[in-house]
Amino acid sequence: MDKESIIEKINGFLVEEFEVEPEKILPEANLRETLELDSLDYIDLVVVIESNFGFKVKPEDFAPIVTFQNFYDYVSNRLSEKVNS
Amino acid sequence: MNRVVITGLGIYSCIGKSLSEVSKSLYEGRSGIVLDLARKEMGYRSALTGFVERPVLKGVLDRRARVMLPEQGEYAYVATVEALAQAGIDQDYINKNEIGIIYGNDSSAQPVIEAIDIIRAKKDTMMVGSGSVFQVLNSTINMNLATIFSLKGINFGVSAACASGSHSIGLASMFIRNGMQDCIICGGAQETNIYSMGNFDALGAFSVREDNPTAASRPFDRDRDGLVPSGGAATVILESYESATRRGAKILGEVIGYGFSSNGEHISNPSVQGPARSLKLAMKNSGLKAIEIDYVNAHATSTPAGDSSEAQAIAEVFEEANTPVSSTKSMTGHECWMAGASEIVYSMLMMEQSFIAPNINFENPDEHSARLNIITKAMNKNIDVFLSNSFGFGGTNSTLIVRKWK
Repeated sequence: MDKESIIEKINGFLVEEFEVEPEKILPEANLRETLELDSLDYIDLVVVIESNFGFKVKPEDFAPIVTFQNFYDYVSNRLSEKVNS
Repeated sequence: MNRVVITGLGIYSCIGKSLSEVSKSLYEGRSGIVLDLARKEMGYRSALTGFVERPVLKGVLDRRARVMLPEQGEYAYVATVEALAQAGIDQDYINKNEIGIIYGNDSSAQPVIEAIDIIRAKKDTMMVGSGSVFQVLNSTINMNLATIFSLKGINFGVSAACASGSHSIGLASMFIRNGMQDCIICGGAQETNIYSMGNFDALGAFSVREDNPTAASRPFDRDRDGLVPSGGAATVILESYESATRRGAKILGEVIGYGFSSNGEHISNPSVQGPARSLKLAMKNSGLKAIEIDYVNAHATSTPAGDSSEAQAIAEVFEEANTPVSSTKSMTGHECWMAGASEIVYSMLMMEQSFIAPNINFENPDEHSARLNIITKAMNKNIDVFLSNSFGFGGTNSTLIVRKWK
């Protein structure tokens, strides 16, 4: 899956399931603040990543993810690891 | 001791999704029972059920609130919004005053089953998501509504099988009567999904009159063959007289009697003396005589044994007074955990509009129901006081008596 498709897919479920307004999704925007994520929401983010991309995320993996761009990069890297493994 | 009054009602059921829709259905004797053939495919003995449409809450409640609400929680939310509006209680008032919640609910089957299916398939508990644990508990209604409405008073659920909704009102009335709370949201909620009734169906307690769904629930009728499961939610706002008058709220009625008992017998076989004790305790607490009760809303679910026992219990107290009796379950089916609360709402609507809703499908009495004055067509009649019975598995019984506010 190319990077553009990954971003499109992530933005799609963030708009649909996390009800974030599309115009607020900017690569450098703060993910947690934009989505108003609390500790429970991270669990749902783990679920939605698993169902969309087929890999499991540990909640602590979210620690270094600050911006949307970080999030895209993280998913992209995990998918590349999956392909290469 | 404080007087306990009713200032708000809300209903979401198979005979209507608002007080006005339900009033009309009650007067017209409209049944909400349908055939759900998917139940047959799943191995149910009976495919009969009340049909309740899921409310659309996207855009009404935020995502966080919605993922924590099970089916019956959605119904309870809608019914509670209606009840609070009728009571004239807005969010600003809730924020500044201590309002409690005591809500009846005794299962949440679908989220339990779906979560276990996911855990088995994925071998990872986190895959059930964050909402599951808040959906599966019996206290799901009070925990969710207390969060959504930011309630700050008493907060717990009542699980007493098919008497849950009635006990919630009875218990709330005691907290208000003794001055511990000014205002409590109470009620009952019942799920209707395909997972919710399989083990009840297993007992062979459901009607199999599948060729005529609207005639299947026939409480007290000689040819009844079982109950029809149903659901939704009903909310009743209870308040102290002082609190209601201070706010300038319109008072709809006064809870003047709460009776209860345990059969102390079989877990599912009905009893005559258990319900009779509950009924007599409520009468004693109200200080009224049988002749002063204008209407009895029976628990009668349309099972052969249950209706027969209740008919004997009601006859013990009301045969001589010839008090009008009907079971609204003839139209709604058995709303189980919700029924004790919804039947207060139904009876309140009748009292407000001066009619008695019919016990539809009552064609021939049996030896016990022949002793009762069962109303089969909507009857225009002033109701000053009504009594409502609710009985549940394990022999839990609850009776409420409500008087019109004048």
